[in-house]
Amino acid sequence: MPTFVRTEKCDGCKGQDKTACMYICPHDLMKLDKDGSETGHPMRAFNQEPDQCWECYSCVKICPQGAIEARHYADIVPLGGSVQPMRGSDSIMWTIKFRNGTIKRFKFPIRTTPEGSIDAFGGKPLPKLADLEKAGFFTRDVMGGFRAGNPAELIRK
Amino acid sequence: MAGTFENPEIVQEDLDILLIGGGMACCGAAYEVMRWADAVKAETGRELKIKLVDKAAMDRSGAVAQGLSAINTYLGDLDPADYARMVSNDLMGITRDDLTYDLGRTVDDSVHLFEEWGLPIWKTDADGVRHDGAESLREGLPALKDGGKPVRSGKWQIMINGESYKWIVAEAAKKALGLDRVQERVFIVHLINDKNDPNRVAGAAGFSVRENKIYIYKAKTVLLAAGGCVNLFRPRSVGEGQGRTWYAVWNAGSTYSMAAEAGAELTMMENRFVPARFKDGYGPVGAWFLLFKAKAVNAYGEDYMAKNKELLNDYPPYGQAAVPASCLRNHLMLKEMKDGHGPIYMDTVSALARLRDTLTPKEVKHLEAEAWEDFLDMTLGQCGVWVGENIEPEKKMSELMPTEPYLLGSHSGCCGIWVSGPTDLGAPTTEEYGDIPAHLPKGWNWGYRSMTTVKGLFTAGDGVGASGHKFSSGSHAEGRIAAKGMVKYALDNKDLKPEFDETPEQIAEAIWNPVRNFLQYKDYSTAIDVNPNYITPRMLQFRLQKIMDEYVAGVATYYNTNDKMLAVAEEKLAFLKEDSLKMRAKDLHELLRAWENYHRILTAEAHMKHIEFREESRYPGFYYRTDKNFVDEKNWHCFVNSIYDKKSHKWTCFKRKHVDLVDKSKLFKAAAH
Repeated sequence: MPTFVRTEKCDGCKGQDKTACMYICPHDLMKLDKDGSETGHPMRAFNQEPDQCWECYSCVKICPQGAIEARHYADIVPLGGSVQPMRGSDSIMWTIKFRNGTIKRFKFPIRTTPEGSIDAFGGKPLPKLADLEKAGFFTRDVMGGFRAGNPAELIRK
Repeated sequence: MAGTFENPEIVQEDLDILLIGGGMACCGAAYEVMRWADAVKAETGRELKIKLVDKAAMDRSGAVAQGLSAINTYLGDLDPADYARMVSNDLMGITRDDLTYDLGRTVDDSVHLFEEWGLPIWKTDADGVRHDGAESLREGLPALKDGGKPVRSGKWQIMINGESYKWIVAEAAKKALGLDRVQERVFIVHLINDKNDPNRVAGAAGFSVRENKIYIYKAKTVLLAAGGCVNLFRPRSVGEGQGRTWYAVWNAGSTYSMAAEAGAELTMMENRFVPARFKDGYGPVGAWFLLFKAKAVNAYGEDYMAKNKELLNDYPPYGQAAVPASCLRNHLMLKEMKDGHGPIYMDTVSALARLRDTLTPKEVKHLEAEAWEDFLDMTLGQCGVWVGENIEPEKKMSELMPTEPYLLGSHSGCCGIWVSGPTDLGAPTTEEYGDIPAHLPKGWNWGYRSMTTVKGLFTAGDGVGASGHKFSSGSHAEGRIAAKGMVKYALDNKDLKPEFDETPEQIAEAIWNPVRNFLQYKDYSTAIDVNPNYITPRMLQFRLQKIMDEYVAGVATYYNTNDKMLAVAEEKLAFLKEDSLKMRAKDLHELLRAWENYHRILTAEAHMKHIEFREESRYPGFYYRTDKNFVDEKNWHCFVNSIYDKKSHKWTCFKRKHVDLVDKSKLFKAAAH
């Protein structure tokens, strides 16, 4: 299901140097055709290598115009279905349309804290260099995740 | 001066610590390293210069880019020794207990952080009712850290609402680093050795995929954690669908190839993973097997795991484990396929019907959502197949199929780099076999945890071999483990001044070679892609995939190869490696693909050489050497390791002795449960 960009909806991220889809694509697939010489559609983005698309939907989810959709891999999948998300700050809504017209909708949480709110080291201790070779991390005493294990299990000790 | 495509700008920077990659491992390393760097500053006044370089954008890079529906490694009340046993069993007995045990005892720390940062984790309440990650928060259920009960989909797995998993983990890593220490869209393609010590790393180099710039970093210590290797075999789908690889399509073997060229010892590169997944979409099967209790059946409705179970007796003791190894489960499926009893199906219809018998209508609706979320969180492509083929899992079964082979060290695979382990678990400190090259360390630890056999070069995640089953949480934890070793190394070597064994100009010319090929010859023919002076990265990839598929046990031969086929592959790969110097790049995007494919070739070559050296079939169901079609515990219950000489382009393979640090006999008692 390579992604594709709707000509009517894409605004090339308003002429900025880099579009949101170019920023996010993990495989460097999205490209802005500034002068239209590659697609016939100036200032629109396009998927430059559809057969390398993993369908991760990173571009679909990030597009501020909702201009990116996916058309299922044509060498595998019958036409007519669609899977489209609306990603908010704490949840994502999916609209799933089958080839036969059946529609399903799902909503799932994606995050329990506001975006950008992570305080990386807040409330975390500053470690001592003397502990650098001790097993576990600098958060060992506060995160409750170190599992010491039964020493009798170590048969060569 | 700004660079041009003809004359790229060369940017140089001096660092103490360089992190290559942006996935779970590097995010973990970034988080841990920055806090220890704070400690270094507080205690010594020294500021470590640190940078993370990612070929993509950290918010959505690495194998978790799309999200995940479960965290597959969370110990909770389980013992790290049990974890080490499970990993060993799934990988046919040859893993390093020191590495897996160390990961097992530390991984939950990272999971607890993920929850604190905002990852929704499903919980079970006092009545045994399960709640998704947001609902459990509203219900006031405690965090895992405070005794909250996760929803186990299997012994080691916990369910999450993980669409934004990577986004959250990357946010913490970027907050820890500060944006000045993050360089995105720069693809590191080459490690540089030290002029005064060929067995030491001095830095790394790559290029921007956005600007005409080459980046050369000098660094005391380097973490190489750039994922596994995908698309070195011809995939089952060869049209648009070739992008629908099971593992992340952008994992190009960069970790293994760059480490090998720098002289690092690789381990278990013969190992591969061939996941049995929903056909074509490669959607996950774990929740279907473990959470919904579905069975896989042949075309005639027979449970082939039960029908073919006597085949497991061919592989003692591994066939007698309570849970057979992943490869052996494939072995039983392949028997059905070769006998003509396909297609193979996941019986979703019966599984959901059984669950409906015991659940309320509200719970059934929730169950349906869970089944879809499993794909929507991590494999959208499978939803695409289901909507296109009108598959509602309660009404219509879905086909299963073993995929093309993948190389990785973090999932159900154990290929990778040989690293220094922890010193407190009883690991060997000497070697019994005599043919190990003299410059390599003896035993399983040599000073700095997670360091490779190249001084200053560290790895994590898919990079660390002879372990496996780390998954997302374990890769994060392994990055953190490596970060501590790197800080120690940087402190102990504070006066070290790395010097390159190549000049910046030589490095830049090598990186830009595909562009030079294009610029020099592009007008020779009228068709840009057909030119006797160069080869496109795309065609080179097809050639690689064809060789690997047809001679090195791909899907074309039902994963069979033999010594003669491997010899043919060796010759063809040698031609291909020579031709890789003639790859062209017409733009920066194609330069990215050219270098990815160069990395794939070296990784493929390592895979082929290791399979050739190991004269048995250690992983039936993943590959078979038909000339040595057995598991040989007497002669081959050992690690196969190798080094590569970048000057002569030759591989040297050798054995290292395997030792158990935890008792494995517990795995093979008669299965009572």
